[in-house]
Amino acid sequence: MTTFLGMPRVAPQPATAPQDPLRWGPDFPTAAHETLGNGQMRTNLRHATRTIRDKRLRMVSELPDWEELREAGSAIKHWTMSHLPELLVQLEENVTARGGVVHWARDAAEANRIVADLVRATGESEVVKVKSMATQETGLNEHLAAEGITATETDLAELIVQLAGDMPSHVLVPAIHRNRDEIRAIFTERMGDAPADLTSEPRALAMAARAHLRAKFLTARVAISGANLAVAETGTVSVFESEGNGRMCLTLPDTLITVMGIEKVVPAFQDLEVFTQLLPRSSTGERMNPYTTMWTGVTPGDGPQAFHLVLLDNGRTKALADEVGRQALHCIRCSACMNVCPVYEHTGGHAYGSVYPGPIGAILTPQLTGMGTRGATDPHDPTASLPFASSLCGACYEACPVKIDIPTALVHLRNRAVESQQRRLLPTGWEAGMRAASAVMSSGSRFAVAARAAGLGRIVARHDRIARLPYPGSLWTGVRDLPAPPAQSFRTWWKEHQADGATRPAGAPSPGSTAGNEA
Amino acid sequence: MRIALFATCINEAMFPQAPAATVRLLERLGHEVVFPESQACCGQMHVNTGYFREAVPVIRNHVRAFEPVLDGEWDAVVGPSGSCVGSVRHQQAMVARREGEDRLARDAELVASRTYELSELLVDVLGTTDVGAWFPHSVTYHPTCHSLRMIKVGDKPLRLLRAVAGIDLVELPEAQACCGFGGTFSLKNSETSAAMVHEKVRNVVSTGAEVLVAGDYSCLMNMAGSLSRQGTGVHAAHLAEVLASTREAPWSPTVLPGDRSRATAVPAAVPGPAAPAARAEEAGPAAPAGPAAAPSSVLRGTTAEVGR
Ligand code: SF4
Repeated sequence: MTTFLGMPRVAPQPATAPQDPLRWGPDFPTAAHETLGNGQMRTNLRHATRTIRDKRLRMVSELPDWEELREAGSAIKHWTMSHLPELLVQLEENVTARGGVVHWARDAAEANRIVADLVRATGESEVVKVKSMATQETGLNEHLAAEGITATETDLAELIVQLAGDMPSHVLVPAIHRNRDEIRAIFTERMGDAPADLTSEPRALAMAARAHLRAKFLTARVAISGANLAVAETGTVSVFESEGNGRMCLTLPDTLITVMGIEKVVPAFQDLEVFTQLLPRSSTGERMNPYTTMWTGVTPGDGPQAFHLVLLDNGRTKALADEVGRQALHCIRCSACMNVCPVYEHTGGHAYGSVYPGPIGAILTPQLTGMGTRGATDPHDPTASLPFASSLCGACYEACPVKIDIPTALVHLRNRAVESQQRRLLPTGWEAGMRAASAVMSSGSRFAVAARAAGLGRIVARHDRIARLPYPGSLWTGVRDLPAPPAQSFRTWWKEHQADGATRPAGAPSPGSTAGNEA
Repeated sequence: MRIALFATCINEAMFPQAPAATVRLLERLGHEVVFPESQACCGQMHVNTGYFREAVPVIRNHVRAFEPVLDGEWDAVVGPSGSCVGSVRHQQAMVARREGEDRLARDAELVASRTYELSELLVDVLGTTDVGAWFPHSVTYHPTCHSLRMIKVGDKPLRLLRAVAGIDLVELPEAQACCGFGGTFSLKNSETSAAMVHEKVRNVVSTGAEVLVAGDYSCLMNMAGSLSRQGTGVHAAHLAEVLASTREAPWSPTVLPGDRSRATAVPAAVPGPAAPAARAEEAGPAAPAGPAAAPSSVLRGTTAEVGR
């Protein structure tokens, strides 16, 4: 038992418990304002992403055929998406033929209901869980709790997030925003059976979690997991993990319930050859993840004797209908894009207000929530701000093991966000500005006039710089100077230059020398 | 060769020294430069902000302005901007097609296939890395994201810089990290953008270089704006300005001189190792280039004509 005096020191991040795991927060700029001010989080994050990033680069550069592997991964995903209905039916047939039961869930609520019913049918009220983005996405744990079922996360990082009442801030390392001292505090305050003398030494923390979880593994009769891949051809489902806690859940209990996004199917067993290489190197920077568990239906006398596979849509078919946006469904959740993203590095995952943060979250979340589609209800949906939460630097595209062109998808989704605003006749300041700019920038002569007018900006300039502008210019000048616009436009210079007998043949004296003479 | 200059809108409005330097450089190398007057903008700002429909007339204007390159009127089009050339190459046709303008999309693709960023034109098309430039300053080079990842110029700018006489090229730590400009991103997500540029500037200052060089004035405007606000004393220059600089017509700073008398403390974007503010002091003021009696620039005449 721990001795605990005074106020809990573990503040959940974010502070308010989410209603909808796909959109729990305000829009990105507002949320980023909060997270940018959290120095501890940013230090934690910076350190962690850099470490993983460097490891990934080392592991990737080891493979001479990395680019071909990425091509192969991308090609398999393209093929899969264009045959998704058939592949899912094939998967269902093969899982069923091998003793599993397949359930189809249109949305989060349906998936949660199916899982709760399945657990209740076993008569159990305690389940162990393998880390899973799909069940994070549906808010399964909260739903089960409301039904009187306790679900224990067994992935170390996920356990930390669960105990702290947090939301994950990274796909692979959900507690990346926490450091060792915070984790020690979380364990001592919330775990119940943490040793009284627990230190923040990594091994001590791991051993405390291990003891805590061991008791759960040995008593649990029902487990819930996600899936990294499912093979249509054989009905094989698989989980890739590092700790082995997942394998405990996948093998010890009597009943296994797997919730899987419909995009996780691959056509053939041989396709695993590609993803078993791409995934661990991209995510943890390892040649091979320590535990890859694969199971096909049920095997009498070995492992869980009841297997349920819940196929989750929850907005995925909507994304599939978008010819550019659909590539977000190719994602294998390796998190490489987060680890290289400068925006993520500064704002952290919580700024994205969704279980899917970072570059992939910026293109996946708004599609899952139906942003910009006809019939979507709220034009001010905070997820509509996500496609704009990128400087389009392209680092994510470069890192993505399945070559998702995230920058193009971002720009495409920005267009969808803009179009849906326009459909609702909500003229914004941006709208007016963009219209006016379009008129100016589609004609050389109009642009020349405008560029000359811009020179008037020199009036507000002091010492050749503008240090203060009214809103919205203040968004720039709040932290940066702006150079004074030039006194002479390029076009004017060009005319003088030409009049001067420009376009000299090779060998003619350089115009620079004339300049010197004049001076 | 006859080369058409795509000056780019931001250069025309704010940084005429970049296209002017491009003109002087290419002419010095013996080429003829043409400036198609009907050009305005490539459409990148509209596209990146999601205004595809509004981008179409802008794209059409650009494509029509540069179409003569297809009839052999010019041998190539050059743009001193990685992001604008990236937009020409990767966005114009995509957006035109999306908006049902198939013919425009085809034409855009053709024009794009003859359009080069400055370092690409010099190295790949004109086959030169030593352009005979003289630039007696310590320089650090930021490879802008779009040059690096969208049009993949690789080490061409560095090869050109290394061949410059008198230059002292200092490596920029975390050079490949984005400076946080991102067009309207710098306004729509101004705080995040600020955090990013602060980190970039800290890295720039840590090199002790006098001049920050990049191939894109949009990114330079962001970084120079921050360098200036923080009073670092580091100047900014476009790759074209460095390459156009010669002994006879040496470069002199035209953008945000970063007056150190206005210095404010370098804001700590990320807690951790303190900003190497001391290094800024060590860097010393950027030496005025060339004899003071010859105020010169890459521009025709003196800095008094343009940029001042
Ligand atoms: S988008 Fe690509 S890089 Fe990002 S998590 Fe998915 S697979 Fe990994």
